[in-house]
Amino acid sequence: MQIFHNPNYNFIRWRWHALGLSAAIIIAGAAMIATRGVPLGIDFSGGTLVRVQFDQQVSEDQVRKALDAVPGDKVVQQFGPVADRQIMIRLPQTGTAEQGISLEQGSRQVEDALNKAGLKFQILVRDIVGPVIGADLQKKGIYATLASILAITIYIAVRFRPSFAIGAIAATFHDILVTIAFLQFFKYELSLNIVAAILTITGYSVNDTIVIFDRVRENMRNKRREPLEQVVNTAVNQTLGRTIITAGTAFLSVLALFLFGGEALRGFSFTMLVGIISGTYSTIFIASAIAIILSKKPQTAAAAPAADTAARSRKQKGAKAS
Amino acid sequence: MNQNVVWKLGLIVAVIALSVGSFYFKGMNLGLDLKGGVHLVMRVQTDDALRVQTETTVEQLRDALTRGSIQFSKLEMKDAKTFVVEGVTNDQAFRAAAVDADSVYNRSSGVGSYTYSMKPNIENQLRGEAVDQALQTIERRVNELGVAEPIVARQGAVDQILVELPGVSEVQRAKDIIRSTAQLELKIVEQGPFGTEEAAKQAYNNNVPSDILIMPGTGDSGGGAAPGTVFYALRRASVVTGRDLRNARPSLDENNLPAVGFSLNGDGARKFGAATEANIGRQLAIVLDGRVYSAPVIQSRISDEGRISGSFTQQEAQDLSLTLRSGALPASLTYLEERTVGPTLGADSVRAGVAASIGGLVFVVLFMIIYYKLTGLNAVISIVVNLLILLGLMAYLGFTMTLPGIAGFILTIGMGVDSNVLIFERIKEELTGARGARAAINAGFDRVWWTIVDTHVSSLISALLLLQFGTGPVRGFAVTLIIGLLANVFTAVFVSRTVFELVLGQRKTQTLSI
Repeated sequence: MQIFHNPNYNFIRWRWHALGLSAAIIIAGAAMIATRGVPLGIDFSGGTLVRVQFDQQVSEDQVRKALDAVPGDKVVQQFGPVADRQIMIRLPQTGTAEQGISLEQGSRQVEDALNKAGLKFQILVRDIVGPVIGADLQKKGIYATLASILAITIYIAVRFRPSFAIGAIAATFHDILVTIAFLQFFKYELSLNIVAAILTITGYSVNDTIVIFDRVRENMRNKRREPLEQVVNTAVNQTLGRTIITAGTAFLSVLALFLFGGEALRGFSFTMLVGIISGTYSTIFIASAIAIILSKKPQTAAAAPAADTAARSRKQKGAKAS
Repeated sequence: MNQNVVWKLGLIVAVIALSVGSFYFKGMNLGLDLKGGVHLVMRVQTDDALRVQTETTVEQLRDALTRGSIQFSKLEMKDAKTFVVEGVTNDQAFRAAAVDADSVYNRSSGVGSYTYSMKPNIENQLRGEAVDQALQTIERRVNELGVAEPIVARQGAVDQILVELPGVSEVQRAKDIIRSTAQLELKIVEQGPFGTEEAAKQAYNNNVPSDILIMPGTGDSGGGAAPGTVFYALRRASVVTGRDLRNARPSLDENNLPAVGFSLNGDGARKFGAATEANIGRQLAIVLDGRVYSAPVIQSRISDEGRISGSFTQQEAQDLSLTLRSGALPASLTYLEERTVGPTLGADSVRAGVAASIGGLVFVVLFMIIYYKLTGLNAVISIVVNLLILLGLMAYLGFTMTLPGIAGFILTIGMGVDSNVLIFERIKEELTGARGARAAINAGFDRVWWTIVDTHVSSLISALLLLQFGTGPVRGFAVTLIIGLLANVFTAVFVSRTVFELVLGQRKTQTLSI
């Protein structure tokens, strides 16, 4: 079985359309962030989260009423399917609560209030995150993501050529931004797991790109006469089947996680699903387009010397081979 | 069968056997998010340790100055690491008497008044020691709690300590025991008790000398009356402290109420004996964490036994003896983070994780077999071996499987098969070049080898950084991903190729079902 028989699509021709579509998604995401900020989960914002399972069916409103006496902006939310009878209660960070007692005060008030209302329940999860930890994790998350992108860029620049590294990394940034945009569209809060998924995407999305670049390099040795644009387009077509299939298998496995893995991992699997699709799309349309744009215009300051050296070394290799 | 294939096959079987064996016999460590329990992060207030050092130095200096009759108008602690001396008339004599302080503090230059600030290297050393001691004390306490497989470790910033207690249901009690400083001090009572703090100060005409300490305490309940808060004027210098303890056990007081009996070590007993002998008739305050618990009158010389009573419940007496036995914390602790997972939730998560893993495996296996037919089976073998090695190595190395780790396991299925796809697609391509199956397979594997290396390196880079970033559960994910990736290089290349050789070796016709 073969999904593509000698595909010969002219992907490079569509590069501006593709860039436009991506820009639209990213701008829409950025606009949402600008208007309401990135919603942070408790891992990063700090605060108190209590997830309880009630013995009988209890509505969000009933719980809200029971918690009337507890100060602060509470969020009360059904967690998972109604039949699970689980409700998530979240309290904001209380002031300068670094002292142990006040850190746990919120969760105690919630428990007392629920008991007082005569509700029978069992605590499934109690997360209390102080401001120090939240801020620390925010910083570390951003550092880790940037460091990962930087390290991968360097690796590709060394293994391939700098203009390719820029193409690959542009594609990776693209995937991260698109993923974050979709997290906004679907109102997911940024949690540790989601950041873990984003970091995984930085490593994964570059895989497809590497496969194409490897092919470009191989083709360059054989078809030196053709213009780069043509070589890249051929490479994208040659690896198209593989690009789609690998994305498909990764997608299928994460889909299983999304469907059966439970509520706790849903944010993670959603992020991965978006990242996988975006990664495939960006590999085909974005990475090579940028690599070509940078390689083709040597007068573009940043890429000029790099492209030149690459071209020279290619010539030298060619001379040796013949 | 080719000799070459035989040993390769042997190696693969051995790896599988080892993996299955280590998984079966060693079992998988489950993270707190999967088995339930409490995860605590706390900060050691290392300033406390500096304050103790400065306080002690000030007191010693005061003694030395008094003994040497060296005049000064003011000697007091400014903050945890600085103190000031003013109104010194004989600078030469003062400097000679204060020589001990110079090893720990930098003295400001000048005449008549001095500021001492702690040397930075000493400060760092004291802070480090405080965290080390806190770590050891917490370890002892946690061990006495009788929790199976607890974790007590430094985390992140230098002054943070992580405690993980699997399966603990009495979270509050555990937290209280870990956190109580359990600073025991026995001090001689100068005056009191007084009904209010003001009254206590009044006794000194509102000018309490610096070697006297006003401290709150529980009033003598005398015949069961409700104890209120009273105030004692105590000598600042302790007769003995928790450091001199040899042991502490729950016991009963004279009214048959729960109390804590303690005994002192040799050095402590000597000091205690001398002090009690010299102060017969006075009260001895038993101070715990800055509060007087009781102040019995010293009837006779006591050397090495004592008792703390003060309307404890049985549980409190037990917990207090535990904390006293484990030693005082050198500094107080504040909780920064607490995460509790109920045991039923953990079991549910494991169930969901297993369901998702099976689902993911079925999806991918079906896809591979439909798309690549018999060759798809090759990928299935390789991915199953991949997962077995992953589980085996995790168990063997004692790594912890967490909820996000399950996600890593599932990603290994979906991403691990990528390498097979890469190879198979290349083989297909080579087959159209009208070469034989064997040549196509060899070319397929050889051509994509470096691509596989490149893709794995980039994934490893992000996984390693993830290891740096995350807390327990996320680290579990990173570890799973890393081991999965490493095992994948072996299975997708070595195992898969061996299976190809095995299949082709037995057949005359060189066609491939791909």
